[in-house]
Amino acid sequence: MLEIENLHVRYGAIHALRGVSLEVRSGEIAALIGANGAGKSTLLKAVSGLIRPSEGRMRFAGTQELGRLASCELVRQGISMVPEGRAIFSNLTVIENLEVGAYLRRDSEVKKDREWIWELFPRLRDRQRQSAATLSGGEQQMLAIGRALMSRPRLLLLDEPSLGLAPLMVQTIFRTIRQINGKGASILLVEQNAHMALQVAHRGYVLQTGEMVLSGTGPELMETEQVKRFYLGEA
Amino acid sequence: MKVFWQNNMALLVVLLVVAAAGFGFQRHLDPYYYKILVDVGIAIILVVSLNLINGITGQFSLGHAGFMAVGAYASAALSVLAAGPWLNGLALGGAQKMVVEFVALGVIVIVGGVAAALAGFVVGMPALRLRGDYLAIATLGFGEIIRIVFQNTEQLGGARGISIPPPRSDFTGVYVCAVLCVAFIWRLVHSVKGKSFFAIREDEFAAATVGIDTTKYKVIAFVLGSFFAGVAGALFAHSATGYITPAQFDAVKSIELVVMVVLGGLGSISGSIIAAAALTLLPEILRGFAEYRLVVYSLLLVLVMLTRPQGLMGMKEIKLPWHRQPYQHKPVA
Repeated sequence: MLEIENLHVRYGAIHALRGVSLEVRSGEIAALIGANGAGKSTLLKAVSGLIRPSEGRMRFAGTQELGRLASCELVRQGISMVPEGRAIFSNLTVIENLEVGAYLRRDSEVKKDREWIWELFPRLRDRQRQSAATLSGGEQQMLAIGRALMSRPRLLLLDEPSLGLAPLMVQTIFRTIRQINGKGASILLVEQNAHMALQVAHRGYVLQTGEMVLSGTGPELMETEQVKRFYLGEA
Repeated sequence: MKVFWQNNMALLVVLLVVAAAGFGFQRHLDPYYYKILVDVGIAIILVVSLNLINGITGQFSLGHAGFMAVGAYASAALSVLAAGPWLNGLALGGAQKMVVEFVALGVIVIVGGVAAALAGFVVGMPALRLRGDYLAIATLGFGEIIRIVFQNTEQLGGARGISIPPPRSDFTGVYVCAVLCVAFIWRLVHSVKGKSFFAIREDEFAAATVGIDTTKYKVIAFVLGSFFAGVAGALFAHSATGYITPAQFDAVKSIELVVMVVLGGLGSISGSIIAAAALTLLPEILRGFAEYRLVVYSLLLVLVMLTRPQGLMGMKEIKLPWHRQPYQHKPVA
């Protein structure tokens, strides 16, 4: 679904990504883990067209070249992003936020998809007429994911969905990520919470100071010494 | 066709009322009050169009007077070089003269608007990459550049200014433009795609992630805002005085317009109309205070902002009974 080959990104003199390769296969969840400053967000920014890579190729759905597409064009192609810090429209109600998510759609199934969002997140259904600003952090994250799903993406990019959430809420979010994947969407999950991320992921990648140091299936990665020591906090 | 009449009946009625009122005012109203009314009309066009950029799309521009100047000078050049001599040569009288002058004014105003829209496009394309304070400073700079260019163009009178031959923009001309401007912007931002403008203001990044072409909509807002600023400039240049100087379009004028937008409520079109009218009338009403006039004016501004920091109208609109509103932007209390 998404193939990244030998990606280099430079911020002036700083070489933020040094030849990173990654693949999200169709129907799979890929997790990208790494510490602060490893380059996780840089990679997502490159995919979503916010920064230009200096080298490398990014391909979506086999043919579509990314990297030169504007953010708004990505949605048209079937890529939807849930940005870090959620970026919901706090002046709009929950239901209006979802409607904005279907901005580019002209088909008649928007309502059906909204029902699906209510199923995924029953708490949002209860609060649909409430202004989004009054939601808790976890509910806002749910809304951000729901809004991204309203464009019917083939690939969902999630940037740190567990950031700043209570442990119970983190579990809920990750359970839903699985459910969404079960419906057929491929997911690229960028996380610091390595434990949760590798549990749900089919494929994991570990990024360290701009280089991909490890990759493998989720369970494989959880067994390696490096991941255990640095990311899972086991001795 | 039937739908067209249903949608535009109210607009046509308003335009007819404006035309009739203009006819009456011209004969029976004291010239002083008449001039103030015309000033209010021009201010309404300026403030509502600036609200599209600053309030509704959230792109803080401080260069509106510059685009007004482009419209004023483009229309002045047209009148001095072509329209004025041509009308003079026709030597018409009576009703015929009125109709021909009205049409000529329409053409002149559109030329002014298009010139300003072009300037808005040229300035907006690079400037809209900037955000917040930086955009404000850049547009302030562009506005001043435009003014100084006119100040140094001797063919357009330079710093001395330029006097402009008829046609004159009377009450009818100004208010027909004002009504069309308000109706156009109202319909634009309340249309389905018009949600994009509000979305960009609320969170530009979030707007982009749902597929809104943020650059396109920012440029649309900027170009349309500049177009109407140019229309207002052309009307201003052809008002009864018939004389403009570059100093009338300085940064203070831009700031004055921003004050009106903020006072009316960022994003509220009805608020902009009220603020434009109030702040144009106020200095005239306060003439009794003589030299303390501007002190009282400023104190009143401070008072309003203290009691209503969200502006007179906040983000709300005054809805006329026949307005169907498919989309209402709900503010948080």
